[in-house]
Amino acid sequence: MSKWVWPLLAGTVLTSLAPFVQAGETEYVFEAGHPSLQHWLMPEEVPFPEANNPTEARVELGKKLFFDPRLSGDGNMSCATCHNPVFGWSDGMPTAKGFQSRVLGRATPTITNTAFNALQMWDGRKDSLEDQALGPMVSSVEMNVDLKVAQARLMALPGYRTAFDAAYPGEGITDETLAKAIASYERTIISTDSPFDQWVRGDEDAMTEAQINGFKVFVDPDKGNCAVCHSAPNFTDDGFHNIGLASYGEENPDMGRYVSVPLASMKGAFKTPTLRDVTETAPYFHDGSAKTLEEVIEHYALGGTVKDNLSPNMKELDLTTQEKADLLAFLQALTESKEPIQLPDLPL
Amino acid sequence: MRKLIVTLMLATMATGVAAETYTVGQQDKSFTEEQLTIKTGDNVEFENNDPFFHNVFSLSDTKFFDLGSYPKGESRTVEFTEPGIVEVECAIHPQMKMTIEVEE
Repeated sequence: MSKWVWPLLAGTVLTSLAPFVQAGETEYVFEAGHPSLQHWLMPEEVPFPEANNPTEARVELGKKLFFDPRLSGDGNMSCATCHNPVFGWSDGMPTAKGFQSRVLGRATPTITNTAFNALQMWDGRKDSLEDQALGPMVSSVEMNVDLKVAQARLMALPGYRTAFDAAYPGEGITDETLAKAIASYERTIISTDSPFDQWVRGDEDAMTEAQINGFKVFVDPDKGNCAVCHSAPNFTDDGFHNIGLASYGEENPDMGRYVSVPLASMKGAFKTPTLRDVTETAPYFHDGSAKTLEEVIEHYALGGTVKDNLSPNMKELDLTTQEKADLLAFLQALTESKEPIQLPDLPL
Repeated sequence: MRKLIVTLMLATMATGVAAETYTVGQQDKSFTEEQLTIKTGDNVEFENNDPFFHNVFSLSDTKFFDLGSYPKGESRTVEFTEPGIVEVECAIHPQMKMTIEVEE
């Protein structure tokens, strides 16, 4: 009996771990360190605008500002209230709560690797981190502060005057220096060394067999087809897609990208989020409607719930229970192990 | 004889007004041309060479068009009838941009 069972089992393993997958122009070989995988490694240098080189003084100042609740109207909300490092730089809630706990319409996106984004916000309406940084502060439903008031508070504190002068000599405490400093700190919130990255670099033990098989499902156009949007290296195409969430079928749905780009395909389309550190950022989707990654996988397996104006990349998936489990295992390999966050000393 | 003259006239007329058709690919999430100069009446064929969908469009005053989403191997053509500058983008991948200058 055992003589028969072993060859059958071996055959199953070989079938499920076929060594090649053709995805677009890429022929993947699923071996640690293989050249066909290297385009999944993030760039070593974090991009930044010419006018805002992230010096140590700028990053240090930006960190203070990011965690300082005095940048809100009521003095009780900082950037980190919603972009909280203990919740993967999000807030752990389906959709954010803003000024006086008002429930907002969209989930708080993570800050992780936003330095690499072509556009910011779920609907891409901000061009840069500098452009984005002041938006939530002045929004009446978020931090609800008059920037002149916030800057007067900072000016009254010698520690901030010194820090701004060190970061941006002679430029003062302005809208521009405030935004630049916060953006400089956000560019340090980076995830590039997950078990997946270590496996891509050549560490054979960094991922389990299930995780490697999950990666195969992830990139295979005839299986998960995930990489069609969650593409290398930051697991996003920086693109906009309507993925058929149930909320798009409700009355007066959130139209997403369509507000900025009034084309039919952009109705209900939102930016593809990165999957790096994805285990830390539940709940998922722009409306926070999926509590777990298992729910996310089921949504895609069905090819979306609301089919109206659905992205043509969406289709019903042919996935076995084992392949879904492997896909989940792979997603769990995208979170890097980090040092604890050291909170800043705020000027008093 | 008369038949030949008519044919030649038609051929000459056709040559005189013949519009060119240019091809611009979409490859690796970029347009294959960053800038293209054409004449009024020319056509541009936008061909998707990527293994995923693109949605070429322009909101320019000179030429407003939305080609919708289409997959690899398909192409769609736009005729440019007015002179001016046309900014062309992909709605799905907004980092894809190119400019078409339409001359008189």
